[in-house]
Amino acid sequence: MKCVGWKCSGSLVLVLAAILVAAVSLSAQQPPASTATPASSPATPEIPKALSDRLAQLEKDVKAAQSAGDNAWMLVSTALVLMMTGPGLALFYGGLVRRKNTLAIMMQSFALMALITILWALVGYSLCFGGSGPVIGSFEHAFLRGVGADPNPDYAGTIPQATFMVYQLMFAIITPALITGATAERMKFSGTVLFLTLWFLVVYAPLAHMVWGKGGFLNAAGGKFPCLDFAGGTVVHISSGVSALVCALYMGKRVGYPKQPMPPHSLVLSFIGACLLWVGWFGFNAGSALAASSLATSAFVATHFATAAAALGWSAAEWLKNGRASALGAISGAVAGLVAITPASGFVGPMPALAIGLIAGVLCYLMVTKVKAIFGYDDALDAFGVHGAGGTIGALLTGVFAQQVINPIFGSGKAVGGLDGHWSQVGNQLVGVLIAWGIALVGTIVLLKITDLIVGVRVPEEHEIEGLDITQHGEEAYNLES
Amino acid sequence: MMKLEAIIQPSRFESVKDALREIGIEGMTVTEVRGHGRQKGHTEVYRGREYTVDLLPKIKLEMVLPDTLVSRAVDTILKTAKTGKIGDGKIFLSRVEEAIRIRNEERGENAL
Repeated sequence: MKCVGWKCSGSLVLVLAAILVAAVSLSAQQPPASTATPASSPATPEIPKALSDRLAQLEKDVKAAQSAGDNAWMLVSTALVLMMTGPGLALFYGGLVRRKNTLAIMMQSFALMALITILWALVGYSLCFGGSGPVIGSFEHAFLRGVGADPNPDYAGTIPQATFMVYQLMFAIITPALITGATAERMKFSGTVLFLTLWFLVVYAPLAHMVWGKGGFLNAAGGKFPCLDFAGGTVVHISSGVSALVCALYMGKRVGYPKQPMPPHSLVLSFIGACLLWVGWFGFNAGSALAASSLATSAFVATHFATAAAALGWSAAEWLKNGRASALGAISGAVAGLVAITPASGFVGPMPALAIGLIAGVLCYLMVTKVKAIFGYDDALDAFGVHGAGGTIGALLTGVFAQQVINPIFGSGKAVGGLDGHWSQVGNQLVGVLIAWGIALVGTIVLLKITDLIVGVRVPEEHEIEGLDITQHGEEAYNLES
Repeated sequence: MMKLEAIIQPSRFESVKDALREIGIEGMTVTEVRGHGRQKGHTEVYRGREYTVDLLPKIKLEMVLPDTLVSRAVDTILKTAKTGKIGDGKIFLSRVEEAIRIRNEERGENAL
């Protein structure tokens, strides 16, 4: 039946196609300011109704096709970003701790996959992306009200809002999970759950709204201080990294640190985790284009190049210092590069990406090896040294390197970053960085204090020595005799 | 009866085991151990933190032998386990009072 119908309307389609081709080529040749195009001339009443219906139908089909393409990419990106937390981060951190704490650190990441998801459905999404206030969202989408198949044109006009919602959820999961790198091997499970629940509501949600939310005062499109943060340099990495530093200072050192050796128990696990992070990060950065667009490709390329340069930068620094390049150094450098390119990924081409990666690789190496030793804080797995430092470096360098040829976010022809001729953007970036630092510092101190009063943050010393796997979870990662 | 304990380099274990089997020694107990004698350890660096690893992996062989086999076993181990570098390990010999096979309660050298 369908074939017969198709044959019958074949001639009509041919005519239509010819008109469309003519219209497209004509409008492409016309400068946008000109209004004297044939399409807008008063000759249109001649088009019969069947033809205009057909045109409307075609327009709808084209939109549906674009939506299908964008949605496919965004669903894949969503899954990739979840993969960054579990198994990516869980393995990366899991290998870096001593064997007696392996399950505990992995369980913290996994618990957040469940916990933040529930919070997101209840109020989280709405607090981040509901309403249009300057500081925090509203309860507009509480319980995911109104979040379904229809796009939300404020954020992503071609994909179902439900896709945008679940994509952003994955960012909200990994951000608090990053903090567990600083509290590793000594924080109570109950304390971790309570603290990170509060942290998500008090630190993450407002920051995400300020930078990405409609009306947010740091929003690059129309905020008072337009801060460029393509995929989460401030919202994800500065917020978690700086909070990690506060946690490390508040909790104090692990028993025996730094005298007692605490080498990673399995760099093989960390290696697999880091490689999964690298792959997953394509969803994180290229997915932040919110469409299967050329901007997504650009962010993908920038992400990859910066990561490679950072791995090389860290390794080279280590080689010069120790005479050897280690596997742990290479993968740590790669993560530092991924962090630093995150805010810049949708604004820079491959060459600035190489520069950002190289700078971040070397500076994060110095943070982790030198600065940490000078100040003596026990940021167990270097959540601050990599995410706090890398995020800050990346956010500031975004202001330097952002290019309008890649992403004309301030309007076509308007300079974006410093090298484009818009140096005041570095100032805007600095405002964003300072606010992210401020919220993370103050929020974390207050919330740790509250958590400490209610359930406590640190395990008793004898539990720490026995290991968190047994004392917090009643199981062991490696039961070699069974 | 003598008990022979040999602590050797893990890299030499397969050769030592094969050579012992060739001279007719069938039974032995093998343990992966860590330790050091005069051998100095090495340093490992993880994100700028240096650790000295002085307990190094070794293999410990234990066997109880009839007196007639002891000197051949010692010679075989000396020959096959030696690399000439510090860290090749040691052999300890001690007298054994009694041996009993649990399955049929045989005693003395018959139980070996």
